[in-house]
Order: sequence, then structure tokens, then C-alpha cells
Amino acid sequence: MTERASIPRTPAPTDWRDAAHQRRMAKRYAAERRFRWLGLGAVLMSAGFLVVLLVSMLSAGISGFVQTQIALPIDFAHSRLAIDPAKLRGPGADLALAAADLGAATDAAAIAAYGPDGDKLLSDGAWTRVRDQLKADPSLLRRRATVWVPAADRIDIAAKREGAPADEAIVAKLDAAHALKTSFNAFFLSSSDSTDPTMVGIWGALKGSLLTMFVTLLIAFPVGVLSALYLEEYAPHNRWTDLIEVSINNLAAVPSIIFGLLGLAVFLNTFHLPRSAAIVGGLTLALMTMPVIVIASRNAIKAVPPSIRDAAFGIGASPVQVVFHHVLPLAMPGILTGTIIGMARALGETAPLLMIGMRAFITAPPGGLRDPATVLPVQIFLWSDQVNRGFVEKTSAAILVLLVFLLAMNGVAIYLRNRFETRW
Amino acid sequence: MTAASHKISARHVNVFYGDKQAISDVSIDFDRDVVTALIGPSGCGKSTFLRTLNRMNDTIPSARVEGEIDLDGEDIYAPEMDVVQLRARVGMVFQKPNPFPKSIFENVAYGPRIHGLASNHAQLADIVERSLKRAGLWDEVKDRLSDSGTALSGGQQQRLCIARAIAVDPEVILMDEPCSALDPIATAKIEELIHELKGRYAIVIVTHNMQQAARVSQRTAFFHLGALVESGTTSDIFTNPRQERTKDYITGRYG
Repeated sequence: MTERASIPRTPAPTDWRDAAHQRRMAKRYAAERRFRWLGLGAVLMSAGFLVVLLVSMLSAGISGFVQTQIALPIDFAHSRLAIDPAKLRGPGADLALAAADLGAATDAAAIAAYGPDGDKLLSDGAWTRVRDQLKADPSLLRRRATVWVPAADRIDIAAKREGAPADEAIVAKLDAAHALKTSFNAFFLSSSDSTDPTMVGIWGALKGSLLTMFVTLLIAFPVGVLSALYLEEYAPHNRWTDLIEVSINNLAAVPSIIFGLLGLAVFLNTFHLPRSAAIVGGLTLALMTMPVIVIASRNAIKAVPPSIRDAAFGIGASPVQVVFHHVLPLAMPGILTGTIIGMARALGETAPLLMIGMRAFITAPPGGLRDPATVLPVQIFLWSDQVNRGFVEKTSAAILVLLVFLLAMNGVAIYLRNRFETRW
Repeated sequence: MTAASHKISARHVNVFYGDKQAISDVSIDFDRDVVTALIGPSGCGKSTFLRTLNRMNDTIPSARVEGEIDLDGEDIYAPEMDVVQLRARVGMVFQKPNPFPKSIFENVAYGPRIHGLASNHAQLADIVERSLKRAGLWDEVKDRLSDSGTALSGGQQQRLCIARAIAVDPEVILMDEPCSALDPIATAKIEELIHELKGRYAIVIVTHNMQQAARVSQRTAFFHLGALVESGTTSDIFTNPRQERTKDYITGRYG
């Protein structure tokens, strides 16, 4: 009992209701509220930016998917086209059509229908539509038919109410004659780059992006995950692994254009891989993406509880079985999150691809990994640089395609991640 | 008895973590059909010693083991000893229940599967059922074998871990404070289970709970500061300890 007496006693019981305490409480609640409002404000602001971006892209880009077409009456029977209808069946069709001067015939028909400047109302590529029609229905050659062909870009813009007054007058006249219609531009999704904005398409760049991402994923994912597994599960912790860890962290922060220079020096100059090809783009982006995947994977592997490793080792699993049966499946959601971030960055990357020549003007979609190709962001960059006003809406439309691609890719990754997610 | 007739016999075992010595000169034998309890205050090295018996310390890079530990007269630290097979023969149950985040069936079936103990699914299902029955869990889970093992209660999880350990038909089971995370009822069930398993395996159990040691074990070893102070039959240790330190610990002077 003597020991207890030596404990100092508080002079008086604390009054939890006095003014000082009330003030402290009020301050605490105010701080709590302030923080909540700040957080909400930050979320709303980023959501607002996202909405502004999407709305402006949609409003500018949606018209890129719409095409103005002009009705072109052509009297095939009386034109001087030297085409043998019999040749239009079978493999010789393209050759036969290429030999005939369809361009001149199309222009002549336009002049006949719409006056001396009639041919200038049509897109430069209008004759290709005539060609496609003939291929689809060779019997047209024996009669008079109306073919809908794309309008020239100034007419297209005028029809979308943004053109010069003179062009708007022409549009009004054509409209009155029911010789004008707008339709979904399926051509935009199926063709490639062109000098004429009415004839461009995104498919070439989209396919280039697909091939490039395929190569990137094929290289970066396995190499990144295996490196992370080795470093976490097998490598001894010494000065060398510390050095490797620091190097990987630094690599993740290296500006992407440096990777482009590296790709140029290694893949093009040393290994002599083809220029502008998806394989080189994919390899270069894989170099850039790998450190991100390694870092995310190492963190995910570290987060797997040691008790699971103990349990598996304790039952006699070999190290490889522990890794592939237990650690990797449990780390997979985290690894996939890192992969999404890395791949999304790679998909939007332009600078390193410019260094390896993927900014070329390429009018045909790549047939394989070694063919010249371009990718969506580079295509957007190229179109945004064009003087022709017709490219403005095409640029926005291409951005929409890129965004949809990105969403689709992330959607797949998130679906996979949720499938691997383990409920504890 | 000669050394070879013991299931496990440890001679002059030293364990180091880096420069720090955790176990010094421990020599002890474990026999078939006997439950041996390792007791001692926290940090005395009893868990470390337990983990040398199936070479679980191998997973800690800084750990180093000296001395000789024989399983059926075979040195388990000899270079030709296969660690994977050793751990199948010497199973382990951990302090915190650690079922795999997989189904109950998969938890038990994992060991037999990786060791190739079943050639078809029927045999595997047979092993799973037998192991769960032996672990006293079958009646509680037989209708939900595909549920996640982590959805069970703590005590059930620990019995699942015991079922997982006995599914590979080990010769020795090491238990590292298997009840420290469980409530008294779950603890009683595990102790009952240890009684039933006794006839089949050599069991070594680390425990902080002296009553538990007295209840489940036939032999007891008292560790203090990394050294084996005294070992003998449980009744001798608890009623008639030869060493002053053992007596002080058992009577609650320190711990």
C-alpha cells in the first residue's frame, strides 16, 4: 500500500464539458469536415475533367464517323469503259478494273450531272466506290445506274455546317435535288491513311497498334513476371540484387524517347530488323513496359502472406511448386494491375515510335509483324499536323477509337483480375 | 534403447541466426507413438528447434544449423537428403491456422497430389475423406467440400491444417503452438485430436500452456535461453523436476 501512495494524483477530475474542451471538439469536427470536402472536391474536379475531355472528343469526333455522299448517275452502257463483264468474275477483276480509266469516267459523269465544276464536288477517291459497285454487280455495265460516292472534303465540311458560304450554297442546292445523303462512314474503320481526308481510315493504325501491343505483351509480361519471381523468391539478397533493384526502379523513370533511341541503336542498327515495323515498335515498348511490370509484380509477390509459403513448404512442396501453385496465383491480381498500367502507357506512347520510324505515311494495313506500320497515337499526331480542315474531325475520331481500344484492353484485364481475385 | 530405435534423435544441435546463437548444444530423442511437449518461456528457442526437425529453417537465409539430427538413423542434414521428401515424412502444423485460399477438398488433396499418392480422383477423394475423418472435421464439412477453406472458423481451420498434414501420411507431426490462436472449446477439440493421433505418429508439440503440456504429452522437454534444461516423462517434469529452473518455471516464478 505504501507503493501506491507514491503515484502522483491528478489535482482535479477532468471536466470534459468546459469551454476549452468544447472549442477543441469544434476544431476537430471542422478539420474532419474540411478534409472531407477537399477530398470530394478533388474527386469532382477529376470527374469534371474527364467529362470535358469525353464531351469535347465526342462532339468533335462523332462527325468523323459520318460521311456526306453525293448521288452520281453514271450511264455505264454509253461510257467508253473498255471492261469485259466476263472478266469481272473471278481473280482477274481487280486487274481489269485497274486497266479501265474509271477516274476519268467518274469525273465525266459528275460534269455531266452537276456542270463544268461537277468533278470537284467529288472526293478524289470517288472512283474507288464506283469500282467497288461494279465488282459487286457487273450487270451495271449494261445500264444506267446511280452510285453514291463520297463528297469532296469542302462539301463534307459544308454539309456539317462549318464550310465556306459558297460551299454551303452548293450543299443547299444538292440537298434540294435529293442528291445528298449522310451515312455512317464504315470506310473509316476499314481503310488506312491517305492524303485526302474523305478517304482516310483508321484500320491501318488500329491493326498496327494491335500487333505492336501483342509483341509488347508477349515480351514484357513473361520476362517481367519471371524477373520479379526470381528476384523475390530465389535471388540472394546482396549487393548485386540491390544494384539490380535500383537499376530497375531507375529504368521505370527513364523518359520514353530514350527507349526509342535504344530501340533504334539495338534493334535497327545492330540486329537490322525492318524499320517502321510492329515488331520493332513492340520490342521497344516492351523495354519500356517491363520495369513497370517488374516493380508491380514484386510488390504483389511481397504481399503474399508468408504463412501460405510456410504451409506449402511444410507439406513438402518444392520451391517451384510453392511459386506456381500458391504465390503466383495469389499475386496475379496485383501483377495484372501493374500490367494494365504499363500496357496503357505503352498504347498511348508516341515518342519512342517516332525514333524507330513508325511515323511513315503508310496507306495499307500491315500484313504482319515485319510490315511497315503505324500506331494510333502516331496516326493522331500525324493527322493533327495536317493543314487540310477535313483532318480535324478525323483526328478526334481517331482519338475516340484509341479511347475505345484502351477501354477494351483495360476491360479484359480487369475481367481477368477479378477472375483471379481470391476471397479470403 | 539404441539411437537408431528412436524416431528422431538430435545430437549437439546448434542453430545460429547470423551471428546470434539461438540454440546451443541440444540433444534429445523423440519416439514413435509418443507426444513430446516442448515448453519454455518466450524466445527460448523451442519453435526454432522444432523447425530444425523438418528443415523449415532452410527458408530463412541467415539461419545455420550444426550438429546431427537423425530420422530413423538417417541424417536429415546430409547432402543426399531430399528436403521435399523429408517434409512429407515430417509434417507440420503452424501457430496460426494457414489454410490455402482454395476449397476444403483442395486444401487436403494438395499434398497427396504433389507427391503422387493417388492415381485417380476416386483414390484422392478417399484420402481426403479419411484425412478429414481422422482430423475430426468430416462431419462438419462433408456437405461443403467445395467451400473455401478460409471460410471456416479458426478451430475448424486448424483441424483442416492437421488434416492437410496427415493426408500425405507422415511419420512425425510437428505442432508449433497449434492452439494459441484458438478459443478454449476449439483448443479442447484439438487436444482430443492429438490424443487420437498419438497411436499413429510421433508428435512434437510446442506450447506455452503448461496445462496443455500436462494434458496431451507423455514426455516433456524444458527449454531456457536456447538450451535444453531438462527432459523426461511429463509426470516427472511436472511433479518432480530435477532442475531448479524447471521448477521455477512450472510453478510460475517466471515465463
